[in-house]
Amino acid sequence: MVNLTPLIPELFLFCWALVILLVDLFSKRRTTELPGWLTMLGLAVTGVLLFIFRGGNVWHGMYVSDGFAFFFKIVFIGAAFITVGSSFGLAGRMSHHRGEYFSLLLFSTVGMMFLASAKELITLYIGLELTTIPLFILAAYTKSNRFSAEAGLKYLIIGATSSAILLYGLSIIYGLAGTTHLPQITINLSIYWLTYGEIGPALSTAMIMIVAGLAFKLALVPFHMWAPDVYQGAPTPVTAFLSVASKAAGLAAFARIFVGMLIAFSTDVMAPRDWGNFVAVMAAVSMILGNIMAIRQTNIKRMLAYSSIAQAGYIMVGMVAASHLGISSISFYIFAYLFANLGAFAVVAIFAERTGSEEISDYSGLAQSSPVLSLLLAAFMLSLAGIPPMAGFLAKYYVFAAAIEAGYTWLVILGLLTAVISLYYYANVVRVMYLKPQANKYHIIPSFPAGMVLAITGIGVLIFGLVPQPILDMALDAASSFVF
Amino acid sequence: MSYDFPILSYIVFMPLLGMLVVLLLHRESHNTIRWVSTFFAFVTMILTLILLKDYDWTTAQFQFVEMYNWIPAIGSSYFMGVDGISVPMLVLTGLLSLISIVISFNITKRVKEYFAFFLLLECGMMGVFAALDFFLFYVFWEVMLVPMYFLIGIWGGPRREYAAIKFFLYTLFGSIFMLVAILVLYFTTEPHTLNMLEMTKLGPTFSHGIQVFTFAFFFIAFAIKVPVWPFHTWLPDAHVEAPTAISIILAGVLLKMGTYGMLRISWPMLPEGIAYFSVPIVILGVIAIIYGALVSMAQKDLKKLVAYSSVSHMGYCMMALGAYTSVTALAGCMFQMVSHGLITGAMFLLVGVLYDRAHTREIAAFGGLANKLPVFTALMTLFAMASLGLPGMSGFISEFMIFVGSFPSYPIYVGIAVLGVVLTAAYILRMIQHVFLGEFDISKWDHLTEINVREILCVAPLAVLTIFIGVYPKPLTDLMRATLENLVMLMAR
Repeated sequence: MVNLTPLIPELFLFCWALVILLVDLFSKRRTTELPGWLTMLGLAVTGVLLFIFRGGNVWHGMYVSDGFAFFFKIVFIGAAFITVGSSFGLAGRMSHHRGEYFSLLLFSTVGMMFLASAKELITLYIGLELTTIPLFILAAYTKSNRFSAEAGLKYLIIGATSSAILLYGLSIIYGLAGTTHLPQITINLSIYWLTYGEIGPALSTAMIMIVAGLAFKLALVPFHMWAPDVYQGAPTPVTAFLSVASKAAGLAAFARIFVGMLIAFSTDVMAPRDWGNFVAVMAAVSMILGNIMAIRQTNIKRMLAYSSIAQAGYIMVGMVAASHLGISSISFYIFAYLFANLGAFAVVAIFAERTGSEEISDYSGLAQSSPVLSLLLAAFMLSLAGIPPMAGFLAKYYVFAAAIEAGYTWLVILGLLTAVISLYYYANVVRVMYLKPQANKYHIIPSFPAGMVLAITGIGVLIFGLVPQPILDMALDAASSFVF
Repeated sequence: MSYDFPILSYIVFMPLLGMLVVLLLHRESHNTIRWVSTFFAFVTMILTLILLKDYDWTTAQFQFVEMYNWIPAIGSSYFMGVDGISVPMLVLTGLLSLISIVISFNITKRVKEYFAFFLLLECGMMGVFAALDFFLFYVFWEVMLVPMYFLIGIWGGPRREYAAIKFFLYTLFGSIFMLVAILVLYFTTEPHTLNMLEMTKLGPTFSHGIQVFTFAFFFIAFAIKVPVWPFHTWLPDAHVEAPTAISIILAGVLLKMGTYGMLRISWPMLPEGIAYFSVPIVILGVIAIIYGALVSMAQKDLKKLVAYSSVSHMGYCMMALGAYTSVTALAGCMFQMVSHGLITGAMFLLVGVLYDRAHTREIAAFGGLANKLPVFTALMTLFAMASLGLPGMSGFISEFMIFVGSFPSYPIYVGIAVLGVVLTAAYILRMIQHVFLGEFDISKWDHLTEINVREILCVAPLAVLTIFIGVYPKPLTDLMRATLENLVMLMAR
């Protein structure tokens, strides 16, 4: 009998997603808010279960519940929780498929949780697919909207293509190592390397394909083209979820494969750290392009899309360090990014619901009619820009510290320079809200769940900048799951 | 020295508390907001005076030290303390902040936000001068930028948005160099630490390459703040567009953070760096002195004239910093920082007073104001004389000390820099002549009213201090002597 205890949170969440479908069916869709509250409850319970059933592994170490998995699962659940909270407005306007919306969100979350724990290529791949397929549907959820339909289709095509590329890369690894179990792959490849002194171009090919496949998920340049259109077209809460949770999932997979498995390898084509240099260049280009393109955007969702491309670049700065500090830094970064980015999207959703606009220029003078909302959006923007004392600053500091330690000083200087560029467009939102004369008298009062989301994210960006130690401890624990 | 009361934390966070209280007040109750802000700024100033009183100037030890664990994961602690170069800065900041708040009573637009941002700014400034942990220092250094951006951007002059974002981006651009340098030093020390004092101890053990590299990076960050020519281009925009109180703070406190950073961090920590770069720094200082004075001479706008005169006056500080082997030169630099804060703060204040009444700052538009506004003229002339270094005023003492201290090392550069004094006299006297003397245009300026009591109360302490330091500089010298001697020793390692 297999001991499935470490899987309990995932199993619970999976069943809960089904329960929500049924509730929606039997309540004849009369109650508009019930599925949403049930989803939040389920996520909260899953969070508690995560703390209770921490540690251990299933199926001979193919599915582990280590510190790294734990940290990322917290991020996924937090992101889902906040996304659900800001989805009430969207759900309220839906005449049907309300329950499906929330259960699809949960299925995607379950997929991410599987992914974070996977120490085996097939499990990892299945987790990734379970993550993405519900997201294709969610992106096209307001299907009467042309942009949403376009977003769904684009995301589907790009997502499927990138999965195929990734799968091809994984199959080459399997061909070389003869196993899909990550630690065993490391051992087998090491033996191969020690015996023959080289592995040959196959491993490099596989690495490039895996990087490409995952870079699509992370929206790293040059695999980013889908992001602005999908982010703009998808319903705002879905965009928020895509930009944080889906990115975190890609990140977890990347760390498992590259930092966990392939760190030690040298081929005749690639030296040990060469995937690092390769990814460092991608990170650099993402930071430059993402930030420069964001300056020109007038639609706030498109602006945040380009900003998220740049943010992925910053995260990869920590990844290429491939060290204890590096992994803990990306963990903390994604955590800080979660609050700032989800908070920003929550404000965008609330604003759009009231005014029907996603144009930055329509935020003109908002500071005077809705001071709290503006203050929060300003805080999220400053956190994304990395201005102290926001959590985003410490996150940037931490990834840059990791990169300096690993010797990537050029990347750090470049990253900091692009951070100055990024301030221009983040501050632009603040400028429009605070410095511009009042255009419309929107006194926006968010609904209760949306207000709760704003409170959580608003407190989060400030408190984790001032008292980050508990999260840093968790992040350091997450990094201890890797052997360096 | 044991001191149970965490006075530094109170000084730093009292304004923050004030900000929170202001935020809780109703946005229409303008007078309450004004007086509450004044109260908190006043309490903060009193605390800095208590600090001054209890500070033991006979030793170079850091005093009133507070140290708590903050973020052990990155080696950062909440570490504060003061010595002879931070105490004068804290007192100056407390005084100028209070004055700026009182002079801002005439702000009527978005009053609540204005005072909230101002108090946040004060918290950041105090923090910079008290922090002894690199991370903490950097956080305060950056925290200041945000309220500054708003204060210039919302309440500034016609080109405020441009000036605000230029200031923000320019300073942030400088800060990133500091961040890289901090990170490099962090990983160079073993065990890794962000404690400035530990790092200063270990400084000479760093390799020559690291010292020169990090010194250059720190220098860019601080030079932008000072601002040293050629990094000064943000200054005229920010100073001119900022509201009066913010110009006072910019000139009186923010510029000093650059020179303070140099004295606190890069100079004693990286002795090989300063030895390597001392001559270029002196040259930059001399260029700033001459260039700033020449550009001031060409200004048509009164506020711009004062702004460029800051570039020139901070040039003296840079020259003194280049002559780092001399205690006299460094004492002159510190004197100049304090005295320039008092004098230029007062000049901006008075220019603001005139602008409020005349709605123009064009020098050519005025003439003969001495008849109409005798008190105002007297005050302005007093500070103008102090600015050009008239003996008996603080400006003279500082310039004299800088020249005397720097001369043995750099006789030629000092010779050139002395020309700056002549040029300063030229533009200051020209300004006085055009604005206060000559023909009075009664049809145009008859409505001008004399400087009022509130404004006089703001200027008075600055005037008293300028003269007091000028006549009797000993207390200030005593205050910082031990620290400066220690600094020179550290740099000679």
